Amino acid sequence: MDRFLFLTVDGLARGATFAAFALALVLIWRGARLVNFSQGAMAAATTYVAYSVTTASGSYWLGLVAAVVAGLVIGAGTERLLMRHVDASQPLNTVIVALGLVLVIQAVLGILYGSEYRPMDVPFSRTPLSIGDQPLLSPYDLFVLGTVVAVMAALGWAFTRTDLGLTMRAAAFAPDMARLLGVDVRRMLTLSWGVAGAVGALAALLIVPTELGAHPHATDLVFVYAFTAAVVGGLDSPVGAVVGGLGVGLVLSYVSGYSGSDISAVVILGVLVAVLLLKPSGLLGHTSARVV
Amino acid sequence: MLDRLSHHTLLRHLLLTLVAGAALVALTYGLSPYRSYQLATGAAYLCATAGLTLLVGLSGQLSLGHGALMAVGAYACALTSAELGDAGTTGPLLLLLPLAAAVVVTAAVGGVVGLAGARLHGPYLPELTLTLTIVVPSITTTFADRLGGDQGLSVLVEPAPAGLGATFPLERWQAWIACGAALLTMFLLANLVHSRFGREVRAVRDDEVAARLAGIDVARTKVLVFVVSAATAGLGGGLLAVLTQAVSPGGFSLAFSLFLLMAVVIGGIGRLAGAVWGALLLVVLPDLTTSLADRVGSSPALAERLDGNLSLLVFGVVLIVVTIAFPQGIQGLLSSAAARLPRPSRPGPSPSSPTRSSPSRPTSTSSESIDV
Repeated sequence: MDRFLFLTVDGLARGATFAAFALALVLIWRGARLVNFSQGAMAAATTYVAYSVTTASGSYWLGLVAAVVAGLVIGAGTERLLMRHVDASQPLNTVIVALGLVLVIQAVLGILYGSEYRPMDVPFSRTPLSIGDQPLLSPYDLFVLGTVVAVMAALGWAFTRTDLGLTMRAAAFAPDMARLLGVDVRRMLTLSWGVAGAVGALAALLIVPTELGAHPHATDLVFVYAFTAAVVGGLDSPVGAVVGGLGVGLVLSYVSGYSGSDISAVVILGVLVAVLLLKPSGLLGHTSARVV
Repeated sequence: MLDRLSHHTLLRHLLLTLVAGAALVALTYGLSPYRSYQLATGAAYLCATAGLTLLVGLSGQLSLGHGALMAVGAYACALTSAELGDAGTTGPLLLLLPLAAAVVVTAAVGGVVGLAGARLHGPYLPELTLTLTIVVPSITTTFADRLGGDQGLSVLVEPAPAGLGATFPLERWQAWIACGAALLTMFLLANLVHSRFGREVRAVRDDEVAARLAGIDVARTKVLVFVVSAATAGLGGGLLAVLTQAVSPGGFSLAFSLFLLMAVVIGGIGRLAGAVWGALLLVVLPDLTTSLADRVGSSPALAERLDGNLSLLVFGVVLIVVTIAFPQGIQGLLSSAAARLPRPSRPGPSPSSPTRSSPSRPTSTSSESIDV
């Protein structure tokens, strides 16, 4: 029972980062009806930015800020310079270009930094604090959870309470109508990509140091987990992304905790197949996935 | 005679296949063993790229997992050949049964993946196939006692039959096997494109609702075309296993799956002849970039970083540029150049396989559908 509690809390902390990453995917999906397959590689690039800045300045926080800004710039730049020029009448084309970008980013990272893992420091201890005799959360887990909750709250507030957020939602849901009402839909789309890039950068920076460290492929699995989380949540729903992310985190934590092997990635494949076979619209999807 | 031939799709494809086969056999006698081996590898890639271009171009679905499906075929081939070797099987069965197992097992895996992902509208099939590709190493580690973990398995392969002579190079024999399988694949796929099923797949791609109104089972069609595509990838994987006489998860990374996709895009999506160009590129480009890396990299450390990564970079840039600027690919450029040449008019309807990616394509290009 103690172990179950520990694994649950640990799973929620990891799941929170998947949720943030999934949210980045959902943001772009809602805005452009495409899945940004290069999200993982972009986030890998931003972890290297954080690594370089932190190594040069000695400050974790400066690295964090640099990574988030880099995510914003890379995201917005990708939309503005690349995606905007793709013939969008073919949904495949945007996916193929995103995959090309994955190859380019990973190659550049490999050339600049080599293919060894670069261990990264975290600002708080990762030793779990005990309540009574029960080891629970580490200070770093608390930091991760707090950061993700704060980001979610900020995004929720921005999208429901601010003019800019409402305009972005209008541009995403009814682009033609929004355009008629004077919204610069393209700029809103660029902004969506920027915000998604920043959120993805933050999520990657929270999770990569807890594993082996910065690496061109460090975010490949994170991307797959987050994508699964987004699909489980319905791909269209920010709340679904959070629920899906926490769910994926819990499943991973229980599987690796109780079976003690690296079967967890295989289990996620099983979860994905099961969800797509049984309930392809996800748990909280509003627009159902069309099964013809 | 030519007239009648242009009316008989099956006959024409059969003749083309035989001609190509004879040409390839003649070619292998002029190739060094190393070139023969490259030819064999290219033929193995061709099985997978032909299936993938069929999936992407004909049915409008995207798979990021054809590398993983090749891994399935390769492992099925390795396991079957080990079983057969234990049972004391020799001769042609030791080659044919593992390859058949590769096709059947991969088609079955493709059936499950297709049922989950291919009947849906949206990014689900790319997502599912991507996940499949990423978890290949985890699967081989998890079942390490059967699949050999990171080390992989070795494949039992017999030398060239004694009837061909004692000095017959193994590489030439390998090229014959691989080219034979690739020609068979191309022949079957080319007929499939022109069959009733091929027309149904195109109808589904262009308008699912209209296809359904015309009495086509849309979900079944989409899943079936994925199964066919998976089966060819399985054959390609099985061939690779036979050629290298070993299987390991490292050879089937995500980058490899993306390379296959790139080959298809550059060759020209939906064109079987384009798949040939793609397979050729997959064999030639890594060599080119490696020698380029040696020349550019002044220090050994830099050369090590450039090695591999430089080809990734080139492939990625090419993928982006081709998709944005030349979506019809090499074969599309070739056939539009050929259409501009003056040519004698030919009676009879010429078969064409319209591709959505290039609406401005010329229609009279009978050579493109199977140009082996």
